[in-house]
Amino acid sequence: MPVRITKQLQTRIFRHLESTWPNEGGGFLLGEIAQDAATVCESIAVENVFEAAEQYHRYAMTPQDWMRLEDEADTRGLALLGYYHSHPDSPAIPSDYDREHALPNFVYLITRVQAGAAQEMLAWRLRTDRSRFDSETLEVVVD
Amino acid sequence: MVTIRIPSPLRAYTGEQAVVEVDGTTIGAALEDLTARYPELRQHLYEGQQLRNFVNVFLGEEDIRFLDGLDTGLDAGDSLRIIPSIAGGRPECESAPSLRQE
Repeated sequence: MPVRITKQLQTRIFRHLESTWPNEGGGFLLGEIAQDAATVCESIAVENVFEAAEQYHRYAMTPQDWMRLEDEADTRGLALLGYYHSHPDSPAIPSDYDREHALPNFVYLITRVQAGAAQEMLAWRLRTDRSRFDSETLEVVVD
Repeated sequence: MVTIRIPSPLRAYTGEQAVVEVDGTTIGAALEDLTARYPELRQHLYEGQQLRNFVNVFLGEEDIRFLDGLDTGLDAGDSLRIIPSIAGGRPECESAPSLRQE
């Protein structure tokens, strides 16, 4: 299923992830799921709580972050679609570490931030048998 | 009966129900009953017989790691919640140059 995001929202995510470089940054994606696409309506930056010395290649949220955002999504009738994070100076492809911590039916937007500049955002989804991520079409809509 | 709140991405395996009722006098038994009722959940919650390390279970506001873990006793009407720990990380490119795009 394609993932749809506005250029404005993508730019907002890029600016956030550039601000956290050379460390990883991330946040949640709220939106709507229809038959033809999953549409990102909102991005919510979430602090990286991984040990500071490891943040250059690791990102983590707390369970409380999940609770808060899932409750908000449920209350507002939105879907907790997925989450975004950066790979500083590294390709926007999922790592084994990403896969080990991944859920199915969840959109993973990964952005390569090269020397402080966001260069590429790719969308991924974990296979239901957990064997690998599949690439999803990312439709960036000019608003 | 106790209730378990299911994380959004896994509701596809509970008929889109956010909250399901299960039986069990311990948290471990309740989770076993959950995965017996909804078998597709199991591979995402367990690795072998152990909960995956990114799967957190809360009893009310308490992480069960700070209680008695899966042996924590349950009373009728208790509410559990499954919370994934979101984590990610870049590929270790230094040892995998074929992943580089440049």
